[in-house]
Amino acid sequence: MNETASQAEIALKSSFERMKNAGAQSLRRGAWEAFSRSGLPNKRDESWHYTDLRAALRAVAPMSGETKTATSAIERKQASCRFVVLDGAFRPDLSDLSLAPSGVAAQSLREALAHGEAEVLAALAGDVDDPAVALNAALMQDGVVLRIAPGTVLDTPLEIANVTSNAGAQSVYSRSLAMVGKGASATIIETLEPLAPSEAQENHALTLRIEDGARLEHVCTVAPQAGAAVRVLSLLATLGAKSALNSFCLIEGGGLLRRQVFALLAGESADAAFCGATLLRGRDHADTTLQVRHEGRGGKSREFFRYVVDEQATGVFQGKVSVAQLAQKTDGAMQSKALLLSDGATMNSKPELEIFADDVVCGHGATCGRLDADQLFYLQARGLPEREAEALLIQGFANEALRLIAREAMRDMLEARVATWLARRDIR
Amino acid sequence: MLEIKNLHVSIGERKILDGLTLTVGDGEIAAIMGPNGAGKSTLSYVIAGREGYDVSGGEVLLNGENILGLAPHERAAKGVFLAFQYPVEIPGVATMTFLKATLNAQRRARGEEELQTPDFMKRVNEAAARLGVAKEMLRRPLNSGFSGGEKKRMEILQMALLEPSLGILDETDSGLDIDALRVVSEGVNALRARDRSFLVITHYQRLLDYIKPDTVHVMARGRILRSGGAELALELEESGYKDYIVEAA
Repeated sequence: MNETASQAEIALKSSFERMKNAGAQSLRRGAWEAFSRSGLPNKRDESWHYTDLRAALRAVAPMSGETKTATSAIERKQASCRFVVLDGAFRPDLSDLSLAPSGVAAQSLREALAHGEAEVLAALAGDVDDPAVALNAALMQDGVVLRIAPGTVLDTPLEIANVTSNAGAQSVYSRSLAMVGKGASATIIETLEPLAPSEAQENHALTLRIEDGARLEHVCTVAPQAGAAVRVLSLLATLGAKSALNSFCLIEGGGLLRRQVFALLAGESADAAFCGATLLRGRDHADTTLQVRHEGRGGKSREFFRYVVDEQATGVFQGKVSVAQLAQKTDGAMQSKALLLSDGATMNSKPELEIFADDVVCGHGATCGRLDADQLFYLQARGLPEREAEALLIQGFANEALRLIAREAMRDMLEARVATWLARRDIR
Repeated sequence: MLEIKNLHVSIGERKILDGLTLTVGDGEIAAIMGPNGAGKSTLSYVIAGREGYDVSGGEVLLNGENILGLAPHERAAKGVFLAFQYPVEIPGVATMTFLKATLNAQRRARGEEELQTPDFMKRVNEAAARLGVAKEMLRRPLNSGFSGGEKKRMEILQMALLEPSLGILDETDSGLDIDALRVVSEGVNALRARDRSFLVITHYQRLLDYIKPDTVHVMARGRILRSGGAELALELEESGYKDYIVEAA
């Protein structure tokens, strides 16, 4: 950012200046400087080419304040040990702290930063070079810090629920952190759930440190928001040797959404899978951008995404898999497919491979098309009315991604959400 | 059961069916034989209601009612079943989900009560056992990764569950080895009934060794050129279709 700083950037600067009493000052200052060098990203930034955040954030909403919401207002969608981050503030009173399984410690990020906890600061210091992540680090208000002790095997999922109240135009910056100890095994659910649609400007980030031999299932759901909402959701994952991460995300449009995944397979033989289904209609805009970096030898990564784009909506998929010179024997495969349901729907796909090692197997594929006429006729000839036949095909298309979710109960729940989304298509 | 009267169909400028007339009685198995390009598959698609065909004249009566104005799903509910030459694979749709959805959609359309899961499962398992369809196949997505024989068996399983009044077998023998052909044919023969007719479309006589037709019709140039009994199929096997193609020249 320079002398041509926009009104929005000036407003962000004053938000940053008001964070003086929050912890982690040197981390925040470093992040702010990194952000200032580029400013809000726009079309001219290669990685933000299809999602112009600067244009979307012309007017910056004020930072969220304290929100009073009753527990009962926050609907529980699955059996989990839940930690609620409401309008950017961790809420012990709304969370299942007393139910946390043994081997799991939870605290608020604000508290951890105020105490200058070295482990937390170190985990956040390794952030990637991205203006939205930098902005999150500079302005993070609160979040939840989960520590899963080495060797702990959890059956109950831990849920980080990012809830926004209907407080109207407000800015929310949350950062959560999960440290999965050596050999531990856990499921983390991450949700973005507005209590009611609002014009919130949200920037959430989740940092995952997955130690050697640990296994993590990560399921993220992004519920619809109002058309004027702007949301950025970042996942920053680091994987140790022989660790595994299986990450899935269901996005149900609403306003402008950018989800970004930065994964570093640091240890040898790390195994990461990133999958997702994105459902868009109206003027929804949803961008999923992945940067998966292999640094350890013998790593494996899979990326598998499905987009259903209807009406005037726009989907974006950018996936970049890079393999460092030392990461021999890497096995990478990336696939994204989009189904366009109307003439006005748009899909932008950009898969990329960047390989510096010579003994690897990596591939990618991206397709974009309409419903298959042969499949449609087949279903109609068996007795399904046209709309039902279409719905079954669309559901099937999304299910190809959903089947990669390991937990059956989660898979069933998300299938039901896809069905609900599709049912609204019929009403329109 | 089925009466096709003077049917004219084209795709764009190209005439495919040119005044085709055919009657199939209740419980009758009628074989349609003909050279490639005779319009056999077009006939099956037009009866089932596929888009993209321009029907410029004629009628298709099912039990006295002209079905040409109906959507494909409405024809299915009235008892038309097309066993596809190339059944499509639908990777994300579970076979059981598909079977239940189609069966109940037809029942709804006819004003019948929907089948509940236990009753549905019982019917599927019985039909599967009868047709030698492995349970493992039912657990897979529809036709995904199925061999040619498995796909055709799945078609017959669907026909057994949907209990149509008119079954159209479009080149069901294509891509089948002798064993699969026998299983599929036995499945069809088991479905023969007084109130169920079949239109068996085939290029080769071979299938008719297993499914004995009551009548055989030779189709070429978009019309039925000759009709006869089962012996006509054997005659065609001897002489081929050259007589019918020569006429065209």
